[in-house]
Amino acid sequence: MAEEVKLFRTWSSPFALRIVWALKIKGIEYETIFEDLSDKSPSLLQYNPAHKKIPVLVHSGKPIAESYVILEYIDETWKETPLLPEDPYERAMARFWAKFGDDKVLTSIVWGVFIKEGKEQEEAMVEAMKNLWFLEEELRGKKFFGGERIGFVDLALGWLANLINILEDVAGQKIVDEDKFPLLSAWMKDFANSPIIKDNWPPRVQMIAKFRALRDAKLAAAASSK
Amino acid sequence: MSKEEVVLLDFWASPFCGRVRIALAEKGVEYQNREEDVLGSKSELLLNSNPIHKKVPVLLHNGKPVCESTVIVNYIDEAWPSRPLLPTCPYERARARFWGDFIDKKIFEGGTKIWSSKGEALEVGKKDFIEILKQLEGTLGEKDFFCGDNFGFVDILLIPLTTWFYAYEKFGGFKVEDECPKFSVWVKRCMQRESVAKALPEPEKVYEAVLMLRKMNGIE
Repeated sequence: MAEEVKLFRTWSSPFALRIVWALKIKGIEYETIFEDLSDKSPSLLQYNPAHKKIPVLVHSGKPIAESYVILEYIDETWKETPLLPEDPYERAMARFWAKFGDDKVLTSIVWGVFIKEGKEQEEAMVEAMKNLWFLEEELRGKKFFGGERIGFVDLALGWLANLINILEDVAGQKIVDEDKFPLLSAWMKDFANSPIIKDNWPPRVQMIAKFRALRDAKLAAAASSK
Repeated sequence: MSKEEVVLLDFWASPFCGRVRIALAEKGVEYQNREEDVLGSKSELLLNSNPIHKKVPVLLHNGKPVCESTVIVNYIDEAWPSRPLLPTCPYERARARFWGDFIDKKIFEGGTKIWSSKGEALEVGKKDFIEILKQLEGTLGEKDFFCGDNFGFVDILLIPLTTWFYAYEKFGGFKVEDECPKFSVWVKRCMQRESVAKALPEPEKVYEAVLMLRKMNGIE
């Protein structure tokens, strides 16, 4: 019996990209439905009424939302090429780092450094650097966060490998300096060029335009509220 | 057989620590409880075990630290697999994790808006908070517990947070029982469990702690 797998996503969302990677790494066939977040489809609203967000995975008609919840579901349902380790302590560490990635790293870089300028940006950089340093330390002795091969944490942090360069270009600000973060820089290159990962990045020109527009809007809003 | 050493770095009023106390009790795990002076000076052990966040709860299992309450509850479930806290079917597990995440994102932050605000901001905070509880009421439905007949993961994540509701009610001028009666029935049902009743502080004591927090933050 063919199981029907659908993924509701946008072209640019790093959270949705995690699911694309997981599905492809496990060789799972699926249908993509692209959403326009300014005009959400009735299906999306029906499948994720609590948050009305993407990504949403629909498996045989049953919806799952929240990217880390979806990743764990995929890992438990399709057992080949496991994403999470088997040992409970190692699993706890993976979940911890994934949460740290979203709560601290993403927040401090995108909503901290990227949308600010001047003194505010300098202050935000201190926080961002601290968070990146923890990632640098975690990579010591490992090629990927998952060890020898890509795992849950690599998929969770994978957005860094593509988005950092875009943010640096748009903001004109170096964020991951190769001299300060040699291990993280190497990981970003290795991850970005890995099979499957390298074929699924969103188009760079559109990403630059999107993030330029975001930064301009945020800076304008900040200026007008002063 | 080696004796397992389980230590919890704890704070009596923290609902996040409450989650861990309940999970350990549900599994019948013996542990040593170390109260941390979180508003004063944190211990060396805490700072070394959780260098990134420097927060409680931290679970130390044979010396190895696990941080972040939801991560810890998942760890407890997997390290002591008898009496599982999550359902067995992957889809039901995903549903449980989804609502756990919803609770993590919405409840404590929503409640904070109530006790730390005044005037218009307080009214908005109260309205939003009640809306969140109604969503949870909807997902509970007619079930005894969030995943069905058995007390489990979602209940454990949520019930300790309700010890702060009395404080929100006092500052917000509302009662959860009036706004969300089914939710209140679920709270009472959980509080009848020994693991829960023994693990959680009196809401009146939490209220006094929140009063102190307001003073410390310069809110009258």
